[in-house]
Amino acid sequence: MPTPFLMPALSPTMEEGTLSKWLVKEGDTVSSGDIIAEIETDKATMEVEAVDEGTIGKIVVQEGTENVKVNDTIAIILDDGENANDIDAASMSAATSAPEIPGNMPAAQPTMATKPSFVSVPDIEIPDGTQMVETVVRDALRDAMAEEMRRDEDVFVMGEEVAEYQGAYKVTRDLLQEFGEQRVVDTPITEYGFAGLGVGAGFAGLKPIVEFMTWNFAMQAIDHVINSAAKTRYMSGGQMGCQIVFRGPNAAASRVGAQHSQDYSAWYGNVPGLIVIAPYSAADCKGLLKAAIRNPNPVVFLEHELLYGDKGDVPDMDDFVLPIGKAKVVRDGSDVTISTHSRGVFFALAAAEILADEGISAEVVDLRTLRPLDAETVINSVKKTNRLVTVEEGWAPFGVGSEIGWQVTQHAFDYLDAPPMRVTQEDTPLPYAANLEALSLPNAEKVVAAVKSVMYL
Amino acid sequence: MASADATTKKTNLSATKEELLTYYRDMLLIRRFEEKAGQLYGMGHIGGFCHLYIGQEAVVVGMEAVKQEGDQVITGYRDHGHMLACGMDPKGVMAELTGRVGGLSKGKGGSMHMFSSEKKFYGGHGIVGAQIPLGAGLAFANKYKNNGKVSLTYFGDGASNQGQVFEAMNMAQLWKLPVIFVIENNHYAMGTSVKRAHSETHLYRRGASFGIPGSEVDGMDILAVREAGRAAIEHARTGKGPFVLEIKTYRYRGHSMSDPAKYRTREEVDQVREHSDPIKKCEAYILDGGHATVEDLKAIDKELKQIIKEAADFSLESPEPQLSELYTDIYA
Ligand SMILES: Cc1ncc(C[n+]2csc(CCOP(=O)(O)OP(=O)(O)O)c2C)c(N)n1
Ligand SMILES: [Mg+2]
Repeated sequence: MPTPFLMPALSPTMEEGTLSKWLVKEGDTVSSGDIIAEIETDKATMEVEAVDEGTIGKIVVQEGTENVKVNDTIAIILDDGENANDIDAASMSAATSAPEIPGNMPAAQPTMATKPSFVSVPDIEIPDGTQMVETVVRDALRDAMAEEMRRDEDVFVMGEEVAEYQGAYKVTRDLLQEFGEQRVVDTPITEYGFAGLGVGAGFAGLKPIVEFMTWNFAMQAIDHVINSAAKTRYMSGGQMGCQIVFRGPNAAASRVGAQHSQDYSAWYGNVPGLIVIAPYSAADCKGLLKAAIRNPNPVVFLEHELLYGDKGDVPDMDDFVLPIGKAKVVRDGSDVTISTHSRGVFFALAAAEILADEGISAEVVDLRTLRPLDAETVINSVKKTNRLVTVEEGWAPFGVGSEIGWQVTQHAFDYLDAPPMRVTQEDTPLPYAANLEALSLPNAEKVVAAVKSVMYL
Repeated sequence: MASADATTKKTNLSATKEELLTYYRDMLLIRRFEEKAGQLYGMGHIGGFCHLYIGQEAVVVGMEAVKQEGDQVITGYRDHGHMLACGMDPKGVMAELTGRVGGLSKGKGGSMHMFSSEKKFYGGHGIVGAQIPLGAGLAFANKYKNNGKVSLTYFGDGASNQGQVFEAMNMAQLWKLPVIFVIENNHYAMGTSVKRAHSETHLYRRGASFGIPGSEVDGMDILAVREAGRAAIEHARTGKGPFVLEIKTYRYRGHSMSDPAKYRTREEVDQVREHSDPIKKCEAYILDGGHATVEDLKAIDKELKQIIKEAADFSLESPEPQLSELYTDIYA
């Protein structure tokens, strides 16, 4: 049967074009790959190749014609042994019944797709009589890695100075001694490269823990964290993903200047496909890092250099693994909710002490996981206290506090007695001068002031 | 042992009848598939970016011929040929191009993003150069598991300028990872010719400063690719570390479907198609060797066209994904 040759779409946006020139005439034979016409699209003049072999039976649209719609028949190609008499109504109409271009179809009804809702999981039971061991955060993190590496041979650590040097912040202390250089891998200074290499190893079934000396340097590697790690499961229709933990210290240290002091909570919290954990206490650091290493998804694990030396009680249990995606009320209160994470918890708890002396009862929620976000715990707290202050070390615009504030106004608007307030880093690169640095970062006093403001005091 | 400056020796390139017919068939399948994809794009059934592999068929088919079961493959966005050569179902590939549920990624990946855990095909990556450390990571896993497999990591001449190439090559050589860096030098990165973008145009020397050997290969000759691929894979599989193959090839079509290709002349393209086409070359090996007749080859073509037609039909009949798919496959 004669084959209609249709006006092709030659760009993602083209709907019609000008048939500027025919390079063949009726009776010419063509084979696949031959240029047969020139077409002007919305962007450029393009050459059009024949796809099928045959003879040009009829030129339907003459050259010079403008506004030829995509998928209109512009010529008829005859097969071997056919001639012009075979061009009948059927072959002409084959084209007019060409299916709709998907791009022109009515927009899908988004209401049918439902976002899975977050289900809170309780923290694990700690059996009576469990001994609590005072541990510094750095060792809690180390122990988490060591325990998981003992448990699963596919878990390995890689990063700059993680092995022989024992970790730039000593978080990987003794791992080389116990697990050897096959599983504790010193990398060159090559964040982009080793982040990608880690993801590739994850695709192939290993469970890498990739340490960034600090998250500031992971900006070199963010393409692999987001484009390669977070999106592959989706793009592969669920076929392939990677079980990988990216971890290291995040946010301001002490007077290391603007390039070494950024808080990336909001950046990664923005990305579907990632799990983002930013714990405060030693026990949470351990229990959540163990959970992160076991989780089949890519996890961004944001630690804090200024917390590495902090002590806390860690239960001495065989398998202390905490649920990801569960906030924790770390101080009960009735007048105001302070929602925060990581080192912000320290400021919030200090502020709560000061406020208590003044007769104000603050409830402090440690988010612990930023994605999936346990907004429910914050919302329930605000329903009780009717006031909200958020605290984070990052910048305010588009930040974690913005998200929490939105969640609360969306779900507990009628409970609010005052607009929520955020305490954040000032909207500047972090200065080096001690006084300016202190001025820029959140602290307990700033939290106290914000609480008083939402209480109209 | 190959040195960083070795070029493919003109060895006695020969192959059996069965081998030649298989290569012919596999290359022609890719070509017919791509022609059909171009056509479906023109009809609006395929959207977005669509990068065709026409002209480069001998590269993947030649490498596939010397790959072992379980070896991994990873590449960029010009990936249809790699998937077909790996044995992925043309129906599933085509239906992914049309964004239908029957596609290999259920319609959620598109032309540039397809995967097959079964065939050890690790994508399909849209960021130029990203697949290079990912491929080194696959090789890292092979070494870690000591499983004897190698990773074939394909990328373009343009991609070979990315910084992460050098990061990955350094680690690959440092740790002696079993990875073959296959540079598909088709002479252009979109509209930029190799001459205009590379201070060193011999891309097989990309690994030279790391001590990685490399060789230059005629990518329009399936048997030359196979020979060079065999040596490179052998090098990697026997624990000697990575190898760089610069396979000289040519893409006939525009960079993507919307490329007017004004940066080269029609004569240049025609010249290659006339005189260096990899499928014609294979055809000549077959006919000169008396392995088959023109009619036999026509019959193969006919059979392939039928397979492609079925793939195209499937890709249009398969429904769009359920709206409930929007929120699946984000987390495991
Ligand atoms: C990081 C990045 N930069 C730019 C692009 C846009 N882009 C897509 S393909 C391409 C050219 C790449 O050419 P080459 O590596 O030679 O591969 P080929 O297309 O020839 O197969 C460019 C610039 C991209 N996808 N990713
Ligand atoms: Mg190129």
